[in-house]
Amino acid sequence: MTAFLTIIIVLFVAVAIWQMVKIFDLAQVNTSTSDTGVATDYDNKINGYLMIGFLLFIYAITIVCFVKWGDLPLMSNSASAHGPELDNLMIISMVIIFIVQTITQFLLHYFAFKYRGEKGKKALFFADNNTLEAIWTIIPVIVLAGLIIYGLFTWTSIMNVNEDDDPMMVELYAQQFNWKARYAGQDNVLGQANVRLIDLDKANILGLDEADPNAQDDVITTELHLVVNKPVLFKMRSQDVLHSAYMPHFRAQMNCVPGMITQFGFTPTVTTAQMRENPDMVEKVQRINEIRADKSKDLVAKGGEALERYDFDYLLLCNKICGKSHYNMQMKIIVETQEEFDAWMKEQKEFKNSLN
Amino acid sequence: MSTHADTHAHDDDHGHHHKETFVTKYIFSQDHKMIAKQYLITGTIMGVIGVIMSLMFRMQIAWPEQPNVLFEALLGKWAPEGVMDADIYLALVTIHGTIMVFFVLTAGLSGTFSNLLIPLQIGARDMASGFLNMVSYWLFFLSSVIMVISLFVEAGPAAAGWTIYPPLSALPMAQGGSGMGMTLWLVSMAIFIASSLLGSLNYIVTVINLRTKGMSMTRLPLTIWAFFITAVIGVISFPVLLSAALLLIMDRSFGTSFFLSDIFIQGEVLHYQGGSPVLFEHLFWFLGHPEVYIVILPAMGLVSEIMASNSRKPIFGYRAMVASILAIAFLSTIVWGHHMFISGMNPFLGSVFTFTTLLIAIPSAVKAFNWITTIWKGNLQLNPAMLFSIGFVSTFITGGLTGIILGDSALDINVHDTYFVIAHFHLVMGISALYGMFAGIYHWYPKMFGRMLNKNLGYLHFWVTAICAYGVFFPMHFIGMAGLPRRYYTNSNFPLFDDLANVNVIITIFALIGGVFQLVYLYNFFSSMFFGKKTVQNPWRSTTLEWTAPVKHIHGNWEGEIPHVYRWSYDYSKPGHDDDFVPQNVPLKEGEEELQH
Repeated sequence: MTAFLTIIIVLFVAVAIWQMVKIFDLAQVNTSTSDTGVATDYDNKINGYLMIGFLLFIYAITIVCFVKWGDLPLMSNSASAHGPELDNLMIISMVIIFIVQTITQFLLHYFAFKYRGEKGKKALFFADNNTLEAIWTIIPVIVLAGLIIYGLFTWTSIMNVNEDDDPMMVELYAQQFNWKARYAGQDNVLGQANVRLIDLDKANILGLDEADPNAQDDVITTELHLVVNKPVLFKMRSQDVLHSAYMPHFRAQMNCVPGMITQFGFTPTVTTAQMRENPDMVEKVQRINEIRADKSKDLVAKGGEALERYDFDYLLLCNKICGKSHYNMQMKIIVETQEEFDAWMKEQKEFKNSLN
Repeated sequence: MSTHADTHAHDDDHGHHHKETFVTKYIFSQDHKMIAKQYLITGTIMGVIGVIMSLMFRMQIAWPEQPNVLFEALLGKWAPEGVMDADIYLALVTIHGTIMVFFVLTAGLSGTFSNLLIPLQIGARDMASGFLNMVSYWLFFLSSVIMVISLFVEAGPAAAGWTIYPPLSALPMAQGGSGMGMTLWLVSMAIFIASSLLGSLNYIVTVINLRTKGMSMTRLPLTIWAFFITAVIGVISFPVLLSAALLLIMDRSFGTSFFLSDIFIQGEVLHYQGGSPVLFEHLFWFLGHPEVYIVILPAMGLVSEIMASNSRKPIFGYRAMVASILAIAFLSTIVWGHHMFISGMNPFLGSVFTFTTLLIAIPSAVKAFNWITTIWKGNLQLNPAMLFSIGFVSTFITGGLTGIILGDSALDINVHDTYFVIAHFHLVMGISALYGMFAGIYHWYPKMFGRMLNKNLGYLHFWVTAICAYGVFFPMHFIGMAGLPRRYYTNSNFPLFDDLANVNVIITIFALIGGVFQLVYLYNFFSSMFFGKKTVQNPWRSTTLEWTAPVKHIHGNWEGEIPHVYRWSYDYSKPGHDDDFVPQNVPLKEGEEELQH
């Protein structure tokens, strides 16, 4: 019944808008009987000024967005060794974009205003100019060449993992809708695995090869702990559909593809504890908690539970559509010192001891 | 060339021509002008569906998990108590994307304007094959109907994202929508591709063979160049999507393993072995990327034409404009990998695709600068079509510039699949192409329906749409840079993003206002068909051939002989002429030189 009423109401609203537009339409006809549907000098003038107004609107929205929502804590505080390099490239690209955007939008809208039509005016017959065209071909070529070269150096240095650094090997294992991490243990070699070896009765949930000696000391966890300033190389697997391991604070992302192993490596440089003390982050967390406190008031008033206080944590998110609960596929990441990591690792069960 | 057309002329000598019935005139019409209108109306209906879907999921994002009577009314069992279900959210996102990209901005845009303008602007009686043209439309209609039917199947419509990456799209146990819904999606798309190919082949043959006397390739209006090259890209890339769809059907229904391997789901191992989802991504994006140019090139063509006509100035750099269309078309087929930087493909390939991708910025920049120079020192007639054209250039620049970030593999790592991507492609190909389409409709409405659209409603429509488009998509860049992934049903499980919740509310409010104001356009469109002011033959005082044809639609376009062409299509404000435009069928004056272009 409500559904039916809603449809009726929506229809009425649509009809009402339609009628209002019609009235507007009819009112216009009376004022200008000679209206041919083609813009007059008056139209050109009004719309010319509106073009300038619109230009100012574009500038205003740009400034508001940068000031209010340019999430600086996240954008300027990367927590990995390659992060600042990537952020630098980002800033350079943004500056170039900002300059080009400001100038071209100005020219476009200003010309639309300045050269608005008037009766009797004649446009300049100006069909071609090779010099001008050469200029705006060559300038983008130079700028882009710079960006491409810079970008490719950055990309190569991020993606080429140096195995000589002896990175800690960690497998990220994705499934609908959660993450697991598998540590390689003392030998730092991940045991062989395939989903065909999964044996839920024996609690071999990731399909490790039980006969592989390298697998015996592997450790499977539901939280990702990393050691600060120690390179880590992730080997990604998925058991069902595509997922994407996205770690925005570390400027890291790689898809997890069923049937193949993908990889991504980086070095975390800021511990969770340090990041929580970062003044930018403190401010952000405070802002978020104010919002949550407000929301909690509403919730409690409606008889619900108050939201928990938020404390900053690094996160691993799923960033490739993977099904119904895609929006809640996450894992906490904790970056800590070697001692803290070792203490945590001691509490975990090795694979050989975890089987039923 | 003209001999061929002349035989047509003979067929179309009126009077003793067999009388057309309602069915042959309005339904199974073979006349390109009627087919264009059929495409436009069908595209409009699909567009309304697509936009309503987007408004629904925008409301869900802004006010997550809140009961909403609209959801209850429109989604039925998918919104128990008015709270949107997470599965239907993904389905809405998926079908919105599919409808807008393929049904509105490919078929609706190309189908309408290629059909309307190719014969009229090159001086032909009709398309090379009127019959194929009719078949092409009805296949499109059929695929639209199947797509709409897929919304009503028990387990829900396709919900794997418009890119339908397997295994999610291949396994019904991974997602409800991957059952019957996905089957219908694939069938609909296969038919759509057939329709698109028939249309494209027809456009190509017509442009090559049926140009009137004097209409050399270098005298073609830029619209025709754009439609022509668009059709060529379509013919090259759509078959690859068809093959991907067929292989996916094989995997889904016949147990092959093209895209699937080593899958353990719901407690059991599936038999698939040896396939790779990455292969599907390659096949999909081999169409998927050219597809965005299939969408944007016709809009570019329309805008070039409208800008020149309304600036009363020749388009600046005709040769460069044609060359950049060709360059974009060529590059568009070798950049698909930039959608796959972090798909697990070799990082070296990523480098190659970064290089080719950023090259596309060069012809795009040339086009943008040429448009700006076209309006410089013009005598701008700010008709609604012109406003939409200026709006097109504005959103094309704004959206195009962020492509420099996304096309750069290193930067893509952190913004891939976030709202930054949504903002980028909606501005550069969604909103821009839509503006191009609106510009085309406002400009050629008199040609299509013999009546003028109300210009004041047009102004209202443009300004509200323009503000809302920026209001929706500009802030989206920033929530994307803050790391918010796309296709999340709600963000409430991530306190990290709580301070972005108000941005999402603002975006949704802009979207709702913009969406509702499209009613102004719909009113204008449908009421002007019957009550609009009658138009004169050449209301915008343009040079191209369609305006030399009579207002009343006749089969064969021109009474008597088809016009001959003596000059290029951009003789606006040419010195030595009293009028500020010289139609293409006016012979050169004695001593007058055609511009060397």
